[in-house]
This record gives sequence, structure tokens and C-alpha cells, in this order.
Amino acid sequence: MKRASAVVACILAGVCLAAAAASASGKEIKIGLITPLSGDVKTFGESVKNSFLLAVEEANAKGGVAGMKIAYVIQDDKNDPTEAANVANLLINRHRVRAIVGAVTSKASIPVSDIAQAMKIPALTPTGTNPKITVADGKRKDYMFRSCFIDPFQGTVMARFSVETLKKKTAAVLYDASNDYSKGTAEVFRESFGKLGGKILAFEAYGKDDVDFSALLTKVKASGAEILYLPDYYSKVGLIARQAREKGVKAQFVGVDGWDSPDLVKIAGDAVEGGYFVNHYSPDDTRPEVQAWVRKYRERHGQLPDALGTLAYDGTRMLFEAIRRAGSDDPGKIRDALASIRDFSGVTGKMALDANGDAVKSAAILRIEGGRQKFVRTVNP
Amino acid sequence: MEYFLQQALNGLQLGLVYALIALGYTMVYGIVRLINFAHGDVFMVGSFLAYYAIERYALPLPAVFGAAVVGCAVLAVVIERVAYRPLRNAPRIASLITAIGVSLFLEYFTALNQLFGPNFRAFPRPFRVVSVQAGGIEFTNLLGIILAVTVVCLLALQHIVYRTRVGRGMRAVSYDHVTAGLMGVNVDAVISFTFGLGAAFAGVGGVLYGIAYPQIHTFMGIMPGLKAFTAAVLGGIGSVPGAVLGALIMGQSETMTAAYLSSTYRDGIAFLILIGVLLWKPTGILGSPRTEKV
Repeated sequence: MKRASAVVACILAGVCLAAAAASASGKEIKIGLITPLSGDVKTFGESVKNSFLLAVEEANAKGGVAGMKIAYVIQDDKNDPTEAANVANLLINRHRVRAIVGAVTSKASIPVSDIAQAMKIPALTPTGTNPKITVADGKRKDYMFRSCFIDPFQGTVMARFSVETLKKKTAAVLYDASNDYSKGTAEVFRESFGKLGGKILAFEAYGKDDVDFSALLTKVKASGAEILYLPDYYSKVGLIARQAREKGVKAQFVGVDGWDSPDLVKIAGDAVEGGYFVNHYSPDDTRPEVQAWVRKYRERHGQLPDALGTLAYDGTRMLFEAIRRAGSDDPGKIRDALASIRDFSGVTGKMALDANGDAVKSAAILRIEGGRQKFVRTVNP
Repeated sequence: MEYFLQQALNGLQLGLVYALIALGYTMVYGIVRLINFAHGDVFMVGSFLAYYAIERYALPLPAVFGAAVVGCAVLAVVIERVAYRPLRNAPRIASLITAIGVSLFLEYFTALNQLFGPNFRAFPRPFRVVSVQAGGIEFTNLLGIILAVTVVCLLALQHIVYRTRVGRGMRAVSYDHVTAGLMGVNVDAVISFTFGLGAAFAGVGGVLYGIAYPQIHTFMGIMPGLKAFTAAVLGGIGSVPGAVLGALIMGQSETMTAAYLSSTYRDGIAFLILIGVLLWKPTGILGSPRTEKV
């Protein structure tokens, strides 16, 4: 018994010494990544992880950031808010990360933002677009940042595109009442579509686990709306689009950045053909930064980088830029450096972080043609 | 009027799928007084078997149904043998908790990467869905297939229960399994058969569900399972026609709520109806009161 405890003590001491040695050399900074590697938006999580790793490798190949090698811990949040909160606590308390990249979706990023704020660890969601991630009840969570535009912007962009470019006057909206992202963009779309002189003929909610949309779609069909706005992730949108066409709904589908997945066409078949959605970037964009990135990602992962992955690459590099400017692994200093970023040039375009920590940047409108995404145009803020 | 009829058809499609799952709940309850919470997950396994049959082996539709039916039946018989039979004479709460355990086991175990995996998958359609307009109403071949398959299943069930030896055994065991055993009925075999039969219907339901709502994942059985269980209670648990009736009512109430009120109330209204019916008739619409035997 005594011997056993002595052995345990020795091991513990060894571990502590090793840990002390690592931190004493000061050559390493640990970053956490929270991303959905399983569940309903797995394709998002995978591409975010791939891009994050590319950014880390590049930084380390150049000798690290501010003299520190980047070490990382990746955690799966399953696109579940509770799980996201658990892994955020794990990263901060157990792994002692100095900054977090994540989460990916809005509903997972909101709990992560609260924890990061409480623990005073800077966090940057590359892709969560809901305003509540950085500001809640009018109060800025000053440890939270993002490298993407926010929902009011993408809702407005699509409303304007529907009225001004597609010349449609009536619309129906179906959204997930339990999803902040879906609900937020739906409301913004309704408001701006109305302001531009359009009429919303149906504004209907469904639940997270619903798979039968026939009743709602029959309602949409009866309303005769010319546009059907579907602000949700690809897995749900695929189901709805497919059932809509089977129910004889002829409306033009328009949507949000959550559509951006190869699985959308797999689930929906040709039902989403001709649909337009707002995105953060398009691999067809001819800017040299974009083409260089597409080539790099393709060489490494054998496929085109999606928008969320590209944002993750930009976001991770923006965090590194902040660490470089801070010149230290102190979370408070990294936070201050992030807050002062005004002119970051990423693959998805130039961005500035505003007073709320939200990126101000342009959006791309894409169209689904022959099962592929075609770049239509860029919309500036 | 057209709008109403169209919505009624939507409700019918949903109700028929619930009915196939509800049968398993009601049969198992009728015979061993167990609410088999794992039934919704057996249904999920049926969907996945169909998925593999189509995606990986490109089997024709009848073989897809065959794979799901046989797979689910075998699974249910194994579950019964391993998890429920040892507890047959234990207090009922023990079996109930075991059923919940089996349900969670199936959900999380199949979500492992070595099995089905934790991801949402697009279910490949084995045929094209075509819709025909008649009098302003959209009919799909999908609804036709669901209707035909469900009716065939119900007729088969009716035949098995009332026209075969094992059916007579089921009715006898359901009435009083001790006496049935004394009369020479092999109670264990009859119970296994009932589990297998109920699961076979769930398997058929799983295939149809996958075709109708082409997206599957290992937690997909929870909601339909809960709804089908509610349908079985509504119709009178233990009664086969009751389960079908309950499922059709559930399908209509959900669809009509979404059609005339709001989709967010659909589950609320469905459960209100359940509570209302149970207050008025605690055994469900077609359930017969059963006196506790001493």
C-alpha cells in the first residue's frame, strides 16, 4: 500500500515537473478549438478543423507566433449548446488554453461566449452570425469576437436581393423557433422585406426535431408567395426544399450561409436547383488571395474549401495576428490586441472589428446550378 | 376546401407511419404489460438497415423491406431474451427502467463510428417521387405506397392474430399467461414472437419514414417513438385497432394544428387531446378496462 502511494507520488511529481518545464521555457501557447465534428452540421465542423490546422501549421512553420509555438486542443461540440458549454469549461479549466477559436454555429457559440467572458479568456467564433454572441441584453461581452458578418446584415442582403434583383413582391418564411440563428435572420428578413415594399404572406415556425413540413408547405403554397426564405442549416433546408417541390410549391428558394454544404444537394436532390443564398465568400471569386487559398486547401484536403472553413482560416490567423501584436500569452493582452484590429486582410476580404467585436465585411451571393454553387456577386456593407 | 383536403392527406401520411410504430408498442404492452421504450430505436435501426441495403448493396425495394424487417425482428428478439426475460417476474418498474436503458444503449452504441456513426445521413430514394394534381389536390406516389404497405401490414397482422395458431397463443398469453402456460402454450416462444412481429412493423415503418423524410441519424427514433406511444395510449394500449385509430388522430391533429394555428403548437395540442381522452376514458378510446388480478 505504502509502496503504491509512493509510486503515485513519484508519477505526480514527474508530471508536475514536466508541466513546469514546458511552461518555464515559455515557448508554447495553447489554443482551443470548439467545432462540431459529429451531428447535424458535421461538414461545417470538419472544414473548420481542416482550416484551423492549416493556419496553425503555417504559423508554426514560420517559427510560431511572437516566439511561441502554437499548441492546440480540439473539442467536438456536436452542435449542441450544452456540450459546447462543457467543452469550453474543459478547455479553459483542464487544458488551460489562453484563447479559443469557436464555436462554429450560433447556438453553440452563445454559451461559449458566456463562459469565455466569465473566465476572461478571449474567444473568437469564426462563423457564428447571431448578434447575441457578442452582445447580450445591450451589454458587450468584451472577451468575445468574430470574423464574420452578423445576421441582420445577411437577412437584409437577401431581402434586398429578392426585391431589387429578383423583382419579387411576396415572400413566405419558414424558420426553426428553437434556433437563435434561424429565428434571428427570419425576423430581419421579414422586417427589411416589408420596408422595401414587399409583403410577407406566411411567417411560420417549426421545431428542431420536425421532419414533416407538409402542413406548413401546403400553407405556403396556398399563400401563393413568390419567394420562400429558408434560414436554417443545410440538413433541414434539404428536407424542406425536397418536400416543398413534392407538394407543388413553385416559389423561388432563397437562404443563408447555413446552406453552404455539399450535403445540401445530397439531401435535397434537384429541389434546391436555382436557389440563391448569402455566403461569406465563393471559391469562384477571382481575387488572387482566394485562388491561392483554394489551391492550398485542395492540395491538402482534396476538395474545395467551403465558406465556414475559409472563415475559420481567417479567424485563426486574425487571432494569431492579435497574439503577435500582444507579444505575450496573457489572455487580457490578447483581448486588447484583438479589439484594436481595424484592417485585417483575409481570404474572405478586408475586415475591421467594430466596437462590438463583430467583423464588418462584404458578403457573396451564390446560386445553385447543376448541383454546384455559382458565384453571382459581392455585396458590400 | 381543397386546402383542408390537402392537409388531411398530409395528416394521413404522417398518421400511417405512426401507426406502424404504434402497433409494436401496443402488442408488446398487450402481452407482457411492458412499455418497450426501445421500440423507437428499433425503428431507427430499421431505417439504417434500409439505408445500407440501398446505398451499399443497391438492393431492390422488396429486398430493402426484407432486410429491415428481418433485422429488426432479430434485434427485438435478442433484446427480449437478454434484457426483458430475466426480469419477467420482477416488479414492473424494473422492466420499465431496463427498457429505457436499452433505448439509450441503442442510441449511443449505434452512434459510435464503428457502427452507424453520429452523423446525419441523406437517405437515398429508391424511386422517384411523382406528384399528380387532381381537383387542386396534390397526390404523390409516396402516399400511395405508404398507404398500400400499411394496409397490407394491418391485414397480415389481423390474419396472424385471429387465424393462426401462434395468434391464438398470443391472445391466450395476453389474457392470462399463467393459465395459458398451464394449457400447454409455450409462453416464452409466444412472447418472443410478439416482440419480433412488433419490431418487423417498426422496420417497415423505418423504411417508409426514411423514404418520406430522407434524413436519418441514430436519435431519429425518439420523437416518432414518443408520438407512436402516445397514439397507442390514446387509442387504448393493448388494442390493435386502437393503435391505428390513435395514430391517425395524432397525424391529423398535428397537421391540422400546423395548418390552422401554428406549427409550434402541434405537439402541445396533440398531448392536450391525449389528456382530454384519458380524463374521459382512462383506458383510451378502444381500450377495454382490465381488472387487476389478485
